[in-house]
Amino acid sequence: MKRNYLLLILIIIFLVYLGRLARGLNPYFYQILVFWGINSILAMSLNLINGFAGQFSIGHAGFMAVGGYFSSALSVYHGERFISLLNFLPLNIAQIVVFFVFLLLGGLFSAILGLIVGIPTLRLKGDYLAIATLGFGEIVRVTILNLDIVGGPRGFPGIPQRTDLSWVIFWFIICLLVIRNIIFSSHGRAIISIREDEIASETMGINTTFYKVLAFIIGAFFAGIAGGLFAHYLMMLHPSSFTFFRSVEILLMIVLGGMGSITGSILGAFILTVLPEALRGFTYLRLVIYSIILIGIMLLRPQGIMGGKEFSPLIIKKIYARVKENENTRSK
Amino acid sequence: MRILEVSNLSCAFGGLMAVANLDFYVEEKEILGIIGPNGAGKTTVFNLITGFYPPLRGEIIFKGKNIERLKPYEITRLGIARTFQNPRLFKQLTVMDNVRIAMHKVHNVHILDTLLRGSKFLEEEKIQEEKAREILEFFHLYERRDEIAQNLPYGEQRRLEIARAMATNPILLLLDEPAAGMNPYEAKELINLISYIRDKFNITIILIEHHMEVVMEICERIIVLDYGMKIAEGKPEEIRNNPKVIEAYLGREEESVIS
Repeated sequence: MKRNYLLLILIIIFLVYLGRLARGLNPYFYQILVFWGINSILAMSLNLINGFAGQFSIGHAGFMAVGGYFSSALSVYHGERFISLLNFLPLNIAQIVVFFVFLLLGGLFSAILGLIVGIPTLRLKGDYLAIATLGFGEIVRVTILNLDIVGGPRGFPGIPQRTDLSWVIFWFIICLLVIRNIIFSSHGRAIISIREDEIASETMGINTTFYKVLAFIIGAFFAGIAGGLFAHYLMMLHPSSFTFFRSVEILLMIVLGGMGSITGSILGAFILTVLPEALRGFTYLRLVIYSIILIGIMLLRPQGIMGGKEFSPLIIKKIYARVKENENTRSK
Repeated sequence: MRILEVSNLSCAFGGLMAVANLDFYVEEKEILGIIGPNGAGKTTVFNLITGFYPPLRGEIIFKGKNIERLKPYEITRLGIARTFQNPRLFKQLTVMDNVRIAMHKVHNVHILDTLLRGSKFLEEEKIQEEKAREILEFFHLYERRDEIAQNLPYGEQRRLEIARAMATNPILLLLDEPAAGMNPYEAKELINLISYIRDKFNITIILIEHHMEVVMEICERIIVLDYGMKIAEGKPEEIRNNPKVIEAYLGREEESVIS
């Protein structure tokens, strides 16, 4: 057990270190990798709500905006003060600690909002919930537009650049582990059962309201973190980054990758991040080809590329065990 | 001992009284049948007991505790499990997962333990899997454990639903037309299964059923509903010959019109 933790920590350190090495990369590729990571966090967290709990939410950009703006505002207005408070540490470590705390606060603020929004709206089902969450996303955007302290419609400049690939990898792994560990547990099965049949799930003694809200809060938390990473990478935020279309883009990632598949979310995020860039060679036909490819994928695999399944090295092990079992029964 | 006592229970949908001033009780370890024509309010009674509908008035006392204002999941946790008229399985999940979900209330590890994959989590998962295996073996579904629930034949889906209800570790089991859509052979098998469950797990069962052979054979006591009211109650043979029951099912001869 202990050894597993140690191995995990070593893997995380290695991957985060890999992120540092990637600084030598072409800045263009580097940026694509960063956005892939951030998009993966967004897609995985939305998949917990939409794919696993089956609650159709399309307000994810709203949570991202809340987390992004909140942590950025902390960085801009209180960042220097907190860093100087930690003057017993070397400057770069103090920056790391403060950034970590601010990101976390952004995520928590977003999660609290998720709780406040989730309790009343999660009574709704299907399309109604979609409209309510869409409304939430718009409320957030319009509120930010009118908040002078974060620049309103002019945008919010002057955010220190703190995010690099290492940060993105770190949070990516945390998000992946949290969602995976929840899904493959008694709690996760409770969440999935709500998607399958809410009434039956309630009859099995599952507090469906609690689990719906829990999925919503965790999703909102990681969306907030992703927003914070996004803001501290671009050094500038603008309300137009968090429109309805942003939410739809995240939704597209999970539909494309597979509802109810963590690895599918990562794959979907990859496709939607890389494809528009890879098609730059087609100049004005770019968006046409982009749409055609998306339509093509959905026609060929309407359930998404992974379609609720997961890819993991364990699958190979499982298949191997199955084959062996079959051989054993045959030899008997 | 009376394990469930329902008194003066009423429920209305708009102006329609689905259940009107219903009184009945269930003794411990008893198999009680509820029969009645279509629309008599049988399933509504189940929905009232399990908390899906709030009663208009009346009391439901389970093991000395009022449960009529509790939420469905709280009632399940107290020990009332049910099946549905049309199987409500978790269709896209495996047979094993269907049963494991039902064990949620029995095995619950703190969410932090779950996140860190602590030793308590691993232990509980193992116990849960072991218990799920026991239940599946009991219901002869263990060979099917990795199959997706909706791919099972109808009879096995019904059996899985009962297995899943039993996995919640109930004291009282409510079965809503378990033999619906079954052929006589399957129905016969089901009868054996139900009485076997009662003896093996020591539980009380309330059964709604249209197959009269099933009801007459396994129920120790029967209540008959019509238009939401109890019109008869008694042992199977008493019910069989009760003129009121015959009237509810077949209608009355309109003597006055003829003569």
